[in-house]
Amino acid sequence: MKSLGQLLSPNQTENLGFFILRLICIVTALPIIAMVLYILVRGMPAISWTFLTAMPSNGMRAGGIFPAIVGTFYLTLGTAIFSVPLGVAAAVYLAEYAPDNRWTQLIRIAIINLSGIPSVVYGLFGLGLFVLFLHFGTSILSASLTLSIMTLPVIISTTEEALRSVPFSFRLVSISLGTTRWQTIWRIILPEALPGILTGVILGLERAAGETAPILFTGASFYLPRLPNSPLDATMALPYHLFVISTQVPGMPILIQYGTVLVLLVFVVMMNLAATVIRSRARARRQW
Amino acid sequence: MNDQNARREFVITWIIKLSGYSSILFVCLIFFFLLREGLPALVDTSLASLFGTRWYPIENYFGILPLVLGSLVVTLGALLISVPLGLITAIYISEVASRWEKEILKPLIELLAGLPSVVLGFLGILVLVPFLRRFLDLPTGLTALAGSILLGLIAIPTIVSISEDALNSVPHSYREASLALGATRWQTIWRSTLPAARSGVLTAIMLGVGRAIGETMAVMMVTGNAPVMPQGLQALFRPVRTMTATIASEMGEVANGSPHYHVLFFIGIVLFVFSLVVNITASSISNQRRKRSERLLS
Repeated sequence: MKSLGQLLSPNQTENLGFFILRLICIVTALPIIAMVLYILVRGMPAISWTFLTAMPSNGMRAGGIFPAIVGTFYLTLGTAIFSVPLGVAAAVYLAEYAPDNRWTQLIRIAIINLSGIPSVVYGLFGLGLFVLFLHFGTSILSASLTLSIMTLPVIISTTEEALRSVPFSFRLVSISLGTTRWQTIWRIILPEALPGILTGVILGLERAAGETAPILFTGASFYLPRLPNSPLDATMALPYHLFVISTQVPGMPILIQYGTVLVLLVFVVMMNLAATVIRSRARARRQW
Repeated sequence: MNDQNARREFVITWIIKLSGYSSILFVCLIFFFLLREGLPALVDTSLASLFGTRWYPIENYFGILPLVLGSLVVTLGALLISVPLGLITAIYISEVASRWEKEILKPLIELLAGLPSVVLGFLGILVLVPFLRRFLDLPTGLTALAGSILLGLIAIPTIVSISEDALNSVPHSYREASLALGATRWQTIWRSTLPAARSGVLTAIMLGVGRAIGETMAVMMVTGNAPVMPQGLQALFRPVRTMTATIASEMGEVANGSPHYHVLFFIGIVLFVFSLVVNITASSISNQRRKRSERLLS
């Protein structure tokens, strides 16, 4: 009995092999396309001005999803306020200041671990520290802080990469003109690295905007038919709302569910697209 | 003026340094608060019952074994799907794909990475679960298998992007040498490039495991939430309950400070330690690779 390898010439094996690889890639890619199209087609009929701007009514079975949209916007904004300055500063430290020693290695290990901690564990941590220990309660503040720490590793690692891609000669020239280290970073390096930083920030926030588990016990409200008044208020949020209406509310009209998932998808895809556009434009413009 | 500059420089340097060290602080804080709320579980219930086989909190049965095994079953199933698909997609993108194929595949994988897990869970409930029930003729489609399929999808982007990086970092000379010896591109991929990238691929799989075992919402929505001991291969076709889903679905209903509350935090400690081990192992594998390649190149 001859094996397949003996039956075919190496070139035929290669052609057959590549054909199979291509098929498997299609198997990977098709569900992604199918999911997005499916949501688009089923969700479009639900989208209307009222759906986007009205409060939910009748136990969420009618009306709109306005507070969930606003809530997700607030949470994303809150996350950005805490995680962007801290993340960028931490990346500046790693890229520009940190000596190559054990402490720096420890920081890197910490960042790797932060990025691997399950999102629901962040939820527990947020509950323990922000909600209970610091008495922030179930609030936008607690949820944003929890999401910020979860987002930090993404922002730090992409920003560090962006900073490192600025050529060393830029630093030399600037320092040789008599500037301080911080002036060089602030006026030369950060502006040059800005597109890369923005891309990382957006990708990090995109993940935060879509997360449910970390906000479950730290700030998400099951049903709140009004807008939050202050950062210490709980809030509805799109991902949690989708979870609630697809599993917890009996007799939920299917159209509202599809509409909600479409809005969440658009929110996420827009951020994804923005990141891609910024990155490719910066790449095209770059002259070094 | 100069004095002021120097003072400002000093302050800013300290702020940046503190921010740099903040990650260590956060990991410690997370661990501390998990221990603070989770360790009392050892006082509330004995260690033996904590690692028992029965999870029934209403009657004070807090055996987390079915949950741990539930997580493992679902994750194992997810690996069976995501490792072959992810690895082959990475190989195709890095070694075979033409320019336009890359332009399609890479954004699609990124899109998948960006899809919130609730969205996958939602589609799981509405499309996948009914399909599995009818296709496999099961009493319910809410099974470990449904969770594995969704987790497989969620782990694919991690596996693709990290193995693709690993493949790309294999020096071009390896491929050229192989081709120059008369190997076809197919032979080059399997006998030169992939073996040279194997530690990176291993890292990718480890991180895929970490991603899968920590995933919460999608799994919670489609696995049927039955905290029973999984038995044999059939466990894939029965409802299960993972550690993450248990925390997410029960934490909202427990009284703060009750034994149930502490045990849920204890499960959090288990998950935390697990992710710590996975990530440190993965990064030490890739560090070894870097050291070895530095030796080779010098």
